[in-house]
Amino acid sequence: MRIGVTVFPGSNCDRDAMHGIERAGAVPVELWHADADLKGVDAVVVPGGFSYGDYLRPGAIARFAKVMGPLEEFANSGGPVLGVCNGFQVLTEAHLLPGALLRNSNMRFICDRVAVRVENTGTPWTSLFEPGHELTLPVAHNEGNYFADERTLAELEDEGRVVLRYLENPNGSANDIAGICSEGRNVVGLMPHPERASDPLLGSGEGLRVFESMLRFAGARA
Amino acid sequence: MNIQETYTSLGLSDFEYDRILELMGRAPNFLELSLFSVMWSEHCGYKNSRPLLGRFPNRGPQVLQGPGENAGVVEVGDGWALVFKMESHNHPSAVEPFEGAATGVGGIIRDVLAMGARPVALLDSLRFGPLDDERNRYLFREVVRGIGHYGNAVGVPTVGGEVEFARAYSGNPLVNAMCVGIIRSESLMRARAVGEGNLVILFGAKTGRDGIHGATFASDELGEGSEERRPNVQVGDPFAEKMLIECSLRMLDEDLLVSLQDLGAAGITSSASEMAAKGGVGIEIDTSLVSLREEGMEPWEIVISESQERMLAIVEPEKAGEVLKLAERYELEAAVVGRVASHGDLRILEDGEVVGTVPAGHLADAPTYEREVVRPSYLDAIEPLDLDLATLPPPEDYSSALLAMLAHPNLCSRRSVYTQYDHQVGANTVVLPGADAAVMRIKDTSLGFAATADCKGRHCYLDPKGGAASAVAEAYRNLSCVGAEPVALTDCLNFGSPEKPEAYYQLVSCIEGLAEACEVLNTPVVSGNVSLYNETERGAVYPTPTVGMVGLFEDVNRRATPAIKREGDALVLVGDFRPSLGGSEYLEIVYGRMAGTPPAPDLAGEKAAADAVRRAIAAGVVDTAHDLSGGGLAVTLAEMAMKGGVGVEARLLPGGRQDVALFGEVGGCILVAVPEERLGELEEHLGGVHHNRIGQTGGERLKVAGIDVGLDELRGAYERDLFERYAPEGGQIG
Repeated sequence: MRIGVTVFPGSNCDRDAMHGIERAGAVPVELWHADADLKGVDAVVVPGGFSYGDYLRPGAIARFAKVMGPLEEFANSGGPVLGVCNGFQVLTEAHLLPGALLRNSNMRFICDRVAVRVENTGTPWTSLFEPGHELTLPVAHNEGNYFADERTLAELEDEGRVVLRYLENPNGSANDIAGICSEGRNVVGLMPHPERASDPLLGSGEGLRVFESMLRFAGARA
Repeated sequence: MNIQETYTSLGLSDFEYDRILELMGRAPNFLELSLFSVMWSEHCGYKNSRPLLGRFPNRGPQVLQGPGENAGVVEVGDGWALVFKMESHNHPSAVEPFEGAATGVGGIIRDVLAMGARPVALLDSLRFGPLDDERNRYLFREVVRGIGHYGNAVGVPTVGGEVEFARAYSGNPLVNAMCVGIIRSESLMRARAVGEGNLVILFGAKTGRDGIHGATFASDELGEGSEERRPNVQVGDPFAEKMLIECSLRMLDEDLLVSLQDLGAAGITSSASEMAAKGGVGIEIDTSLVSLREEGMEPWEIVISESQERMLAIVEPEKAGEVLKLAERYELEAAVVGRVASHGDLRILEDGEVVGTVPAGHLADAPTYEREVVRPSYLDAIEPLDLDLATLPPPEDYSSALLAMLAHPNLCSRRSVYTQYDHQVGANTVVLPGADAAVMRIKDTSLGFAATADCKGRHCYLDPKGGAASAVAEAYRNLSCVGAEPVALTDCLNFGSPEKPEAYYQLVSCIEGLAEACEVLNTPVVSGNVSLYNETERGAVYPTPTVGMVGLFEDVNRRATPAIKREGDALVLVGDFRPSLGGSEYLEIVYGRMAGTPPAPDLAGEKAAADAVRRAIAAGVVDTAHDLSGGGLAVTLAEMAMKGGVGVEARLLPGGRQDVALFGEVGGCILVAVPEERLGELEEHLGGVHHNRIGQTGGERLKVAGIDVGLDELRGAYERDLFERYAPEGGQIG
């Protein structure tokens, strides 16, 4: 099982994502931003960081990177894609996920560990969790305040597309949303960082289950 | 402008100009004078401190690189080494706090990168005036934002540090940034130019007019005109730095570089002349080959520009193509700007024509000044050690006194600061901020390291030598409390003008105190930085010799934190507990007085206690430890209880006044919590070290002597938001 990790100029969680993928038992593959080539991977992680320095708006420039062409095709044809933090922002900018991530309501960068609940276990990235499972995951962002218009929010809720919800909202996100998925369930965006919770030595290994879910999903599909 | 006005405006004295004439055997042109001006500034030339720094021990079995390179290096084991250094960015932060702090972070990262190491941890030691003043609030908020802005984006976690507030820092904040990197020891780089005909490649950001004469600015007192020196402050771009890190590491990985050097203070001049001087060669730089951000820059501006995010590499001609190609991949500017020559000069050309040439050795050889050491009179005026306790009525309510102390900016939680820093990126942070020291792992090994930054400026003011020694002792103790074996330190010496007897005495005495402590504790100084002229019209800052120390774990799974883990543990106070109110937080917070001599460090006792606790942690006997520091035993107990969510019940040792025992300060003491059944094992590790069982863990309250407070109430005082509380009415926070 090979999972691609996109690397934009300014990505800084790419190495952590690769480490997590490796620990989960899959093979990480670097997908360089300037190459319009997914190298035949089975799934793609768009990692956190400050792609293109967050200039203009987080994710706004990255979405035009060459690698995004084949990535959009891959996502639109049902390929599993996970965006974490800045990766989530990139996926909303690319319209692979609805809504936008605004400045945190307290106008500060927030690095902390937050309690979240898994709301949807029907995605490739959450299939190993029990519905309603509560866990603690690290967050680190300046723009994590999820926003969408009323209709979109209602759709997300009605269709069960909220994947992760904060138990204590750190950033002002609408409906305490910490993560959502696409209509097809294959594209998931999360503000918390599962790859940073990939080892009990660092306080928690629970985040690994996100990548392990992907492995099971791929196994089931094969 | 006549020549005297010219060199004076560049910060050179008559004596220094005469020395230049003597060395050169002719009058220098303006460009050459500029080279001397930046290289002979206090910031680059260490004119006042160099004769004193030789006092530091800098050798040890684990030291791979001592002072003299971009950063110090110690061996970890399994072929790994730690590269680390601390540096000040005080003057820029005083006038432009956001960019000043941000570029301070960027600069120290490049120092570690220049050694070939991957930067993996940042710490910041910060000092500001009290938050009742709007300017201080602004400086504090913007410095913290600047550090976060840079560190968060560049992907190096900010894992520790300290913040202290005191009137002496009003208008002259101290911003000391420390970076730790890891490297395979066989891959260490050194900034030494060799090989005549090798090429000099400048890569990274473009060169602009920012930071012209920044080093000279940093070598002067802050005054009325300082605000106008904002153009002297560089502007940082963490995005470019991130690319610079990845690109440089890739070049080193592919063995493309002979030598690597960062560009910091004094820009190309400093980098090139240092590399040339160390390698015993010359370097020629043609300014017309440097890619510029602005038009019409003169050669002298180009060579002293302090534009950020640039590196200088020495490359064999046949590898230059590969180097340039890699830079392009990372979207960085890169160009061959010169070559290594045999003549020994730093030679500046413009379109092939020589516009200035100075022997590199002369630039590296700034004159030094040794001054008379005169004990300042204020030290005699400080009340003697035996404070007249009769003038200090004990508090009526000890619980309220504790709550007031926990809420004080110098003692309260730093959570509102460190949650603005990404402290987890890299997935190596084992112990998060808020413990005695940050603990990091080294992936795919059982190894780890810890780092801490410590100093108490007030103690160094009241007792320069003792206070400085205590800073080393505190760092040693903090590392031991998490279970790391202290190995070496970097220092950042922040003082007032050495031309004034008071500050010079403080500098000399603090260096002596640091050196003595380093000798006893066996922690050599492997790198450091000196920042003098930290003065405003209101006077000098407290002498602040910040100590950044690193320690090692053979097995990072064997570690401790302050948080109480279980109910029913025995609380054991390790060390010779002789608390004093001299120079204490209690005296300042409750009585509004700064007086008395802080407790004299007992370095041998300090070492014995810390080593014993560390052995117990390494043996897996102790997992809960916290040192006694500002605020004394009561604050230590409160922090352990709050962090663990478990209460404590303790009693005081007999004798002495109750508030002295609760809030008095003492070095060399560590509180540990162990399960009853392991007390025997703990005793074995403690051997002959003083220790007393003073209580046990359990419940949801802190109960000791006259104090009885619930954990929630403690948290209400302690977990305050340092930015919100003092926000002006309706003002913006964060």
